[in-house]
Amino acid sequence: MTMNNQGSPTATGAGQTREPATISGDRGMDHEERLIFELGRPGMSGVDIPRVEIAESRLAGQRRKGPIGLPGLSEPEVVRHYVRLSRMNYSIDAGLYPLGSCTMKHNPRLNEKLARLPGFGDLHPLAPLSAAQGALALIGELMRWLTALTGMPAVTMVPKAGAHGELCGMLTIRAAIAARGEQRPRVLVPESAHGTNPATATFAGFTVDEIKATPKGRVDVAALEAKLGPDVGAVMLTNPNTCGLFERDVLRIAQLVHKAGAYFYCDGANFNAIAGRVRPGDLGVDAMHINLHKTFSTPHGGGGPGAGPVVLSAALAPFAPLPLLVHDASGFRLIEDRDEVPAGARPFGRMCAFHGQMGMFVRALATMLSHGRDGIRQASEDAVLSANYILASLKDAMSAPFEGPCMHEALFDDEFLHDSGVTTLDFAKAMIDEGYHPMTVYFPLVVHGAMLIEPTESESKESLDRFIRVLGTMALEAKAGKRERFEGAPRLVPRRRLDETAASRKPVLRWKPKEMPKAAE
Amino acid sequence: MRYLPLTNDDRAAMLAKIGARDVDALFRDVPKSAVVPLSAFELPDGQGEIEVERALSRLAARNVAAGAGPFFCGAGAYKHHVPAAVDHLIQRSEFLTSYTPYQPEIAQGTLQYLFEFQTQVALLTGMEVANASLYDGSTATAEAVLMAQRLTKRPKAVLSGGLHPHYAETVETVAGLSGTVVRAPVRPGRAEDIAALIDEETSCVVVQSPDVFGLIRDLKPVAEAAHAKGALLVAVVTEIVSLGLIEPPGHQGADIVAAEGQSIGNGLSFGGPYVGLFATREKFIRQMPGRLSGETVDAEGRRGYVLTLSTREQHIRREKATSNICTNSGLCALAFTIHLSLLGEDGFTRLARANHAKAAALADRLAKLNGVSLMTPFFFNEFALRLPKPAAGVVEAMAAKGILAGVPASRLLPHEPAARDLLIVAATETNTEEDCAAFAKMLGDVLP
Repeated sequence: MTMNNQGSPTATGAGQTREPATISGDRGMDHEERLIFELGRPGMSGVDIPRVEIAESRLAGQRRKGPIGLPGLSEPEVVRHYVRLSRMNYSIDAGLYPLGSCTMKHNPRLNEKLARLPGFGDLHPLAPLSAAQGALALIGELMRWLTALTGMPAVTMVPKAGAHGELCGMLTIRAAIAARGEQRPRVLVPESAHGTNPATATFAGFTVDEIKATPKGRVDVAALEAKLGPDVGAVMLTNPNTCGLFERDVLRIAQLVHKAGAYFYCDGANFNAIAGRVRPGDLGVDAMHINLHKTFSTPHGGGGPGAGPVVLSAALAPFAPLPLLVHDASGFRLIEDRDEVPAGARPFGRMCAFHGQMGMFVRALATMLSHGRDGIRQASEDAVLSANYILASLKDAMSAPFEGPCMHEALFDDEFLHDSGVTTLDFAKAMIDEGYHPMTVYFPLVVHGAMLIEPTESESKESLDRFIRVLGTMALEAKAGKRERFEGAPRLVPRRRLDETAASRKPVLRWKPKEMPKAAE
Repeated sequence: MRYLPLTNDDRAAMLAKIGARDVDALFRDVPKSAVVPLSAFELPDGQGEIEVERALSRLAARNVAAGAGPFFCGAGAYKHHVPAAVDHLIQRSEFLTSYTPYQPEIAQGTLQYLFEFQTQVALLTGMEVANASLYDGSTATAEAVLMAQRLTKRPKAVLSGGLHPHYAETVETVAGLSGTVVRAPVRPGRAEDIAALIDEETSCVVVQSPDVFGLIRDLKPVAEAAHAKGALLVAVVTEIVSLGLIEPPGHQGADIVAAEGQSIGNGLSFGGPYVGLFATREKFIRQMPGRLSGETVDAEGRRGYVLTLSTREQHIRREKATSNICTNSGLCALAFTIHLSLLGEDGFTRLARANHAKAAALADRLAKLNGVSLMTPFFFNEFALRLPKPAAGVVEAMAAKGILAGVPASRLLPHEPAARDLLIVAATETNTEEDCAAFAKMLGDVLP
């Protein structure tokens, strides 16, 4: 090790020697943290609530007999537990999170503040409508934005997430087909679709028939046309698609679908590439869900909650689920009962209790108002520009299966790793040691060893350049056969690769008091 | 635009690298006829934080928040005090702005709290295992019915008349696709004879306790009747705090528990986002919907957690998945698990006692009013009153005077004559003695 003239090391020496095990089991600021059930003491609580006496007479003899088994901790202990857990997570606030098809963009804190205003955050869903006019007006305003941005005549706000929105859209289609007195049990889904599409179609009572992709990563229109027929209820298409490409033949596809008497369901997961430039209504779409957590920046929260409003064409609008929001001289009203719906409406049913993800609506509208139509368009353009910049900068070092331009995400395959002994998974895991969350890997299924990079509009050019430099260098090393960086990566993390096979072979899904798991420390 | 870091110079340099003349060239695959100018959108341009905050604050001010005055609404969503630490912790960037833990090495925080959450839900409900949450209580109930249909391979579901009507309608919509759904008649304040509706085609019986009118149900005889015919018992809980005081469904023979977890850690938020709790028996886990965090070890033998049994899920199984659900309700589950950790065994039990004591005292007080009768002899923190006139008008009249008196049953059951005069009243630890006195006085004044 080299030293300066004061005797201090001039390099950290990291990577040369493995640090000695610590006495505590912690590694500097990387703390180990036990399960909450392994902490605390009986009788302790982080909340001061007086113990009140109660009579048993109203409990129907059903008083709980034994203890629940929850641990007791004071507030500082609880805070420390969750702060330590949080520090084991990667996040968009901490670094570039290029998870393709998930759209990890900046989440403005203004939105968090506004969703917590008592008039929204502390409003009961069954408060008298006179006490909720502001909330209903907000939903109405969000509906106006969504219909204007999509060029669609109607929208239902109830679905609680993207997949729930898909289900809502497909149930709307099912109801419309039934109203025509027809049987159309088949749904065509491209093989590049999100897994939720075939799952949703099946869930909604359809059978799924896959359509092949062309070598250019788009729907094979001839194959689609060949499969269309009087038994097809809908085609579910993602556009821009999961290869990050715009379906050039979308107008022709819509025309064919409609000619066959079927409906065009568009998965709106990738609306963030075209919002403010292209209106799905102009593309012939009949139903499309919008993931508010993607395009309109509500936080992903470690996996939800989301929100999945569905815009509908005039043909499908009458079948939207309850409740319906109407506005008349007396103000806003919620129609929650089938017998009170406006003339012509035939709601297919109810998707969930109450009226949708209000907390997400506030955040999404705050994002829309902040950006405005010009900012929304600019955000889409920047997302597409950044993805193309990555594609152009890395297509020689890595390998891209399809020619650009791409939309908001750049797809690579594992051709460049051929014979290197490094897999897509190794490459992705090595990114973690470089301080990056990996891209989406092995999806879409239509290319081998897929790596799908979505930078979003939230990264500066400096950040993109650094990312490109790191990935480019990694690719060169992999191709040069320098495997040590990749094998067994990641290393500089709270946990190394985890044994997923063991986890699923003998599932341990909860802590149990008797067979205390061996402490990790 | 404050959220967009690229400058025009950056954009020009990036376009040059790409070899594109302008940004329009990047959109060349979009049919020309489908590209619209900005003026096609009848929407405003962007605004600063001050303007946006002003606009939305104005809308918020037009609502009556639960904390603005005496408040007694429940019927599936409850006002509880959430400790300040909860909201602070869930807004930490590492929780708020991360996604589904697909890369477990850098998502142990999420995976560990989900594992702890699953354990807490299993303990509360008295079940063996629980998932990492679903959207809310109503969708969890629909998923429970679908799971019962898969397990028993039988088409019919029998719903108690005391099941929250929104939940019942959700089940009818979703489970009605592949089976039949039968609703028992509504009998406010009484248990129906549901056993008579169970037959050899029945996959499950769905009973809520405390039910939508607040009545504590005895699930044991229902479980016995269901099991005798080879059907499952799905128990629904909309007020999870009740399990601090009354026997959990798992100890009464429930096979699946679907519950709403909003009461713990989560605000009312006009109906969402909430957090669906879902628990079952260990032998059924491969038919359970939703995400699961499981314990395992890493390459150095240290304990860690991963998403597991994903071969049930849509991203692997596609059209053969147990459910089309993609996300859970992660951040709401986090709020739930932090609040419950703060409460602990003692705090949670005390919270439940405080709720029951408040509700019992209020029920006694209101039942003394002329023409008012208590319909639910047994309840936790919510009960139904029969008023001498339609409840909807009474609620409106009291709202005009600043008291949110509860939920008129007719809001949920518009066609049910028995519901017309019923008022569903919830009381929690947040209600003061003054609130309750004001409620009693005002109700007395409004009634004839």
